[in-house]
Amino acid sequence: MAIAQIEGTASAWQLHVARGPSDAVLLRLSGRWTLDARLPLAGAVLDDAQSDGRFSRMAFDAGGVEAWDSGLVIFLRAIAAEAQRRGLDADLSPLPEGIRRLLALAAAVPERKDTSAGARRPFFLARVGTSTLDGVREARALLAFLGEAFLSVVRLVGGKARFQRSELLLTLQQVGAQALPIVSLISFLVGIILAYVGALQLRQFGAQVYVADLVGIAMTREMGAMMAAIIMAGRTGAAFAAQLGTMQVNEEIDALQTLGIPAMEFLVLPRMLALALMMPLLGVYADLLGILGGAVVGLGTLDLGAAEYYYRTINAIGIDDFVAGVMKASVFGVLVAIAGCLRGMQCGRSSAAVGAAATSAVVTGIVLIIVSDAMLTVVFDLIGL
Amino acid sequence: MSSVKIEVRDLDMMYGTRVIQKNLNFTVNAGDVFVIMGGSGCGKSTLLRHMIGLIEPARGDVYYDGRSFWDAEPSGRAAQLRRLGVLYQSGALWSSMTLAENVALPLGEYTDLAAAEIRDVVALKLALVGLAGFEDFYPAEISGGMRKRAALARAMALDPDVLFFDEPSAGLDPISSRLLDDLIHELRDSLGATIIVVTHELPSIFAIGTNSVFLDAETKTMIAGGDPKTLLRECRDPKVHRFLTRGEEN
Repeated sequence: MAIAQIEGTASAWQLHVARGPSDAVLLRLSGRWTLDARLPLAGAVLDDAQSDGRFSRMAFDAGGVEAWDSGLVIFLRAIAAEAQRRGLDADLSPLPEGIRRLLALAAAVPERKDTSAGARRPFFLARVGTSTLDGVREARALLAFLGEAFLSVVRLVGGKARFQRSELLLTLQQVGAQALPIVSLISFLVGIILAYVGALQLRQFGAQVYVADLVGIAMTREMGAMMAAIIMAGRTGAAFAAQLGTMQVNEEIDALQTLGIPAMEFLVLPRMLALALMMPLLGVYADLLGILGGAVVGLGTLDLGAAEYYYRTINAIGIDDFVAGVMKASVFGVLVAIAGCLRGMQCGRSSAAVGAAATSAVVTGIVLIIVSDAMLTVVFDLIGL
Repeated sequence: MSSVKIEVRDLDMMYGTRVIQKNLNFTVNAGDVFVIMGGSGCGKSTLLRHMIGLIEPARGDVYYDGRSFWDAEPSGRAAQLRRLGVLYQSGALWSSMTLAENVALPLGEYTDLAAAEIRDVVALKLALVGLAGFEDFYPAEISGGMRKRAALARAMALDPDVLFFDEPSAGLDPISSRLLDDLIHELRDSLGATIIVVTHELPSIFAIGTNSVFLDAETKTMIAGGDPKTLLRECRDPKVHRFLTRGEEN
């Protein structure tokens, strides 16, 4: 006697609940019992079965099942657990052997409650050739990396980039808020150094009042962004290279690739994004701390008044100085992220390679910062910024 | 008769100009536990990496269900990759994620399952490998054997047709190694999956292997193939015989 007939979407699967011999209820399964077919909830099935009175045993007939995967095993595990909770005896023996073995396997462990390269030195020309080829390979790898990075940014703009938002937030915190103490210390001291060096010269012709102008312009236009960037190259660029390098060693990046998940999007994009967003803010913050350091020297040793120092600084710094500093900081942020991620992704498969990647990331980052700073300074001069 | 699940045809493997293996030709039938064996440094793991799309062969191709892997369009290749599960030598669990998050990631990427359904699948997969209740543990918090089993749970997340195991016994004690062999057998029998195992562990080879290929580092090609137990009895190649008898002479 039928008690209930339940069907999945588009009749992918069918479940026929019928009264069996004596006090048993029979669950007859047919169709496709796969995860994508939105299978029924065990509790609801048993509620339907018990709506026609009490029974103490459950039997199964899966002869009509055309296809199954983990979904059916999950359903049957849930039915068995729910039946046990309700004091019913579930007889799984009529099920196909593969399913029974998987159910037994899942239940088997109770859930826990509480070389050296040739010693001979290669001929000089061979070494030149090898070095040249290495240089070409390096340049191609860099271009490939930059191309992939650009495409991942395009996918991000198009809303198609795949990465974990939580990873982005965590990286933002690591490269932003957690970097404030070291950026504060270094920027403040750089401000003091600039003020002292400036004061020594300016005092000779009684122009020490211009220390405020010197420190203000130097910090906002140049030193704030550069010092913050160099700190980030040493702190964050190295960390990125070490993180990604370790993931190479542990085959974690291979695992992503095998799953068809682009490592560039999943791992590099959030790091680049985080540094690109945070570096301008850190640059501005470094400007302020540097000016504060200069003020301490001005007020403490040059007999300048606080108001006088403040107004000289405000009048000396133009909006163009501020914009130039923020633009440089943004560029430096992207370059530090690229250097760190590139070296991390190029890392070999040993722990020593991770150290080399981190070192290389710092060196590459600092070189890129200085070279780009020189280029930007010339460009800004040409366009009148 | 079993159908051919995987065919490796005229495969050459090279690192730069250095030949690792050449002229590899073999087939793997559906439901086989196929062992890739050979001495250290012969290119077993490299062959596996060519078969799962991590390294492009210098020549030749790999066919899954008759479809070319390396000549396929990127989308077709990605679709084939989804039917493969890989257990890496080190486990390769993502260290910043819990075991549940590790298993859930491919499900989140490639299925439309709701969060509750993904939790159910994760619970089942971890239970199948004896790690029920370890969902919230990080890889660093569990033993090497448990990491291997968790990585197996992740490899099985999408119910793959083919499971690859790279040195599954590496770093495990004999009991854990035996338990993992039993698990591989059990999964083959219950899921009907085709299994490829890279190993040089003789007890494992004889316990689980139904078919095999033997790679030779000297000649840089395959020199034998077939059921490992049959090879032990009948293969007259001295290298294969020495390997399968742990160095004993004829």
